[in-house]
Amino acid sequence: MVDAATVAGGVDAVLGRWQRDPHALVQILRETQALTHWLPRPLLAHIAAALGLTLAHVEGVAGFYRFFHTRPVGRTRVLFSDNITDRMLGSETLLAQLCARLGVAPGEVDAQGRFSVDRCSCTGLCDQGPALLVNHHPVVTRLDAARVDALADLLLADTPVEQWPAAWFDVIDGVQRADVLLSGLAADTPALPAVLAQSPQALLDEVATSGLRGRGGAGFPTARKWQACRDAAGDLRVVVCNADEGEPGTFKDRVLLASHADAVFDGMTVAARAVGAQQGFLYLRGEYRFLLPQLEQVLARRRAQGLLGRDVGGVAGFGFDIAIHLGAGAYVCGEESALIESLEGKRGTPRIRPPFPVQAGYLGRPTVVNNVETFCAVAHIARRGGAWWAGIGTTQSTGTKIHSVSGDCARPGLYEYPLGTPIAQILADCGARDVQAVQVGGPSGACVPASEAGRAIAFEDVPSAGAFMVFDRTRDLFEVARHFARFFAHESCGLCTPCRVGTELVVRRLDKLAHARGAGSASAFDIDRLHDLDTVLHSGTHCGLGASACNPLRDTMRHFGAAYAQRATAPQFQPDVDLDAELSSARRATGRSDAGAHLHTDTPA
Amino acid sequence: MSAVDPTFDLDGQPVALQPGDTILSAAARAGLDIPHLCWSEEVSGSASCRLCTVLAEGRPVAACVTPAVAGQKVECRTPSLATQRLRLLQMLFVEGNHFCPGCEKSGNCLLQVQAERAGMTDLNFEVLNPERPVDASHPDVLFEPNRCILCQLCVRASDEIDGKRVFAIGGHGIATRLLIDSPSGRLGDSALSVDDRAAHICPVGALLPKRVGFAVPIGQRRFDTEDTRG
Repeated sequence: MVDAATVAGGVDAVLGRWQRDPHALVQILRETQALTHWLPRPLLAHIAAALGLTLAHVEGVAGFYRFFHTRPVGRTRVLFSDNITDRMLGSETLLAQLCARLGVAPGEVDAQGRFSVDRCSCTGLCDQGPALLVNHHPVVTRLDAARVDALADLLLADTPVEQWPAAWFDVIDGVQRADVLLSGLAADTPALPAVLAQSPQALLDEVATSGLRGRGGAGFPTARKWQACRDAAGDLRVVVCNADEGEPGTFKDRVLLASHADAVFDGMTVAARAVGAQQGFLYLRGEYRFLLPQLEQVLARRRAQGLLGRDVGGVAGFGFDIAIHLGAGAYVCGEESALIESLEGKRGTPRIRPPFPVQAGYLGRPTVVNNVETFCAVAHIARRGGAWWAGIGTTQSTGTKIHSVSGDCARPGLYEYPLGTPIAQILADCGARDVQAVQVGGPSGACVPASEAGRAIAFEDVPSAGAFMVFDRTRDLFEVARHFARFFAHESCGLCTPCRVGTELVVRRLDKLAHARGAGSASAFDIDRLHDLDTVLHSGTHCGLGASACNPLRDTMRHFGAAYAQRATAPQFQPDVDLDAELSSARRATGRSDAGAHLHTDTPA
Repeated sequence: MSAVDPTFDLDGQPVALQPGDTILSAAARAGLDIPHLCWSEEVSGSASCRLCTVLAEGRPVAACVTPAVAGQKVECRTPSLATQRLRLLQMLFVEGNHFCPGCEKSGNCLLQVQAERAGMTDLNFEVLNPERPVDASHPDVLFEPNRCILCQLCVRASDEIDGKRVFAIGGHGIATRLLIDSPSGRLGDSALSVDDRAAHICPVGALLPKRVGFAVPIGQRRFDTEDTRG
């Protein structure tokens, strides 16, 4: 147990370490919470005063990120990964088992304050799930009934996490098919200093020749983004690596950061040279906190090697260094302008554009934000040349793409293919059988039915941010869509009306179809409302999260309409409220429970 | 100054442009109405309500924050945008607890008049019935969060005009809410003064100066015009 004085001293040490910089607020809150377990209001007031911020602002930031707790939690906090693939592997049963053993409900704290159990969005370990996070760090993989039982014993005994079996924390790379990126850089490729010796324009030209498009999902041409940043007014420029791999079902960046961090940092350094940036950030998602010590080691080594710092790679006047910022559980921070807001210590709300980050990003400086896989590709392109990369894949989609394969298949893991590879080949290679559909690119991507497996993963056909979740014919795609709908409602930043309210209304409508809310039976009316909501969200939201929130719904309604129709069987509109239940207080007051005191509906008992 | 002022086309009407204009600010200056709730020319844009969504060269954008471009074709009065606005208004109505007939802001409320103009006659969606306790702790200003539409006008007015930072946004998703900067979190303990712009900029009845209710008789209020009397 940490006493109050230690806490206060610890918090002040955290504030000192970050030089009381208000832009480090998210980092300060994260490190403070690591000492205090949760963030009581007086503590937030202390931090606000130290940073010259208002309490309301700090409270607003703390209340935005899912990994910050503004209410008491257990000294040990267990968060079950709640992606659909974790559920398919039995996570809900295991969660129930743990809660039963511990005598707490999900979200509840044990009476002695020892532990609390809850769910979180995808932890990026779908190939070795079900998984859970302990105190947001570390992760426990491959949960089964025996492991959960042993976990319950440790929690009940208040055993420190450091004394838990080391094998529980094993995370494997799980590379099943490596192409150029996952094979790593060949020994005979030029070293970084030789690459940096080229002019910035030459580096930019090489990336332009490669035809590389951003691997984060949007597919914007990388060279065009860099050129815009280079051309923007201002002296200070910034390169940010977006390692907030939040799309449920995606875990490729985890492996690139674990095993190819040098290539990623090489790519960032090449970008910095090309655009003229001095400052670099790796924005690491909170769920990947376990990678932090190792990444810090790589950065320290690179500084010692002269690959970061002053005169990088021996290029006189080229100063560049990289700092790691950790996220705190907010999917929307994968959107580049929300990510920059978060880097600046604010709520991760997507910015109004223009100005675009390349014009005015981090602290108003021209900023390039690229994804982990993009920077990794840059490291290869800078050495082997743009023409080499352009020779892989298709004309519009050059190079390779790494897929995070999970779900109903014999061999989940990472598969790297040239772009243009048909879905059917990936399905065959990963040992998928009896396929009903594949969710490509995560919930904000596309649900592709097995009948369209001939389609290719490429920007001109089925684009992908990297997730590839396989569903066999035993899976209920209505429930898959409902799960993703809950995810989006949970992750909405709340800024704009259609996303804030619309995502919640979608959940409620789907819950009604699932007979999980109100009196039960749904009708065609409810399906119409879903189409309505899809239209409003698709064209009216502030950012891509809201715009894509109905993608799984739309795709499954189109391809698997029967799953919806069988739930909308009432001949007429049915209200959302349980009218008979509404009469219960009147029945209690009158002491009646006869048939006449009940409302007759056509809902089966 | 050029010989011919640059213009863009809003539903067939030319609208004159000045440097720095958004589609909405240019239209407002020209006296053309693009429905909105969270915009005010006094403060920066938040793009939160999305009621001002228009089609700029066919692409949906928020008119309040989208720069106006000379020669651009902008559509506001289309059947699909009318439906979109109606749905957004219905969403705002089911999200909070709005009861126009009993609200002293009635007749002066921008949400109410937008709903009337959009032809809203029902809620369409299920009501969410949130529990939001009223804060009457301030001697001169009432905070009624049940009517708050999270437009952030008070946040921006307090930051940008009053220089006080009394408000902030908290939570996320459907639990997003307005926060008040004070040790207790209540308005009475904050630095807000009834003379602040933030105390008057609320487009709905969420922040209301006290003791001035119904000072203007019904029939003479801001939106008591023929088109809203029904």
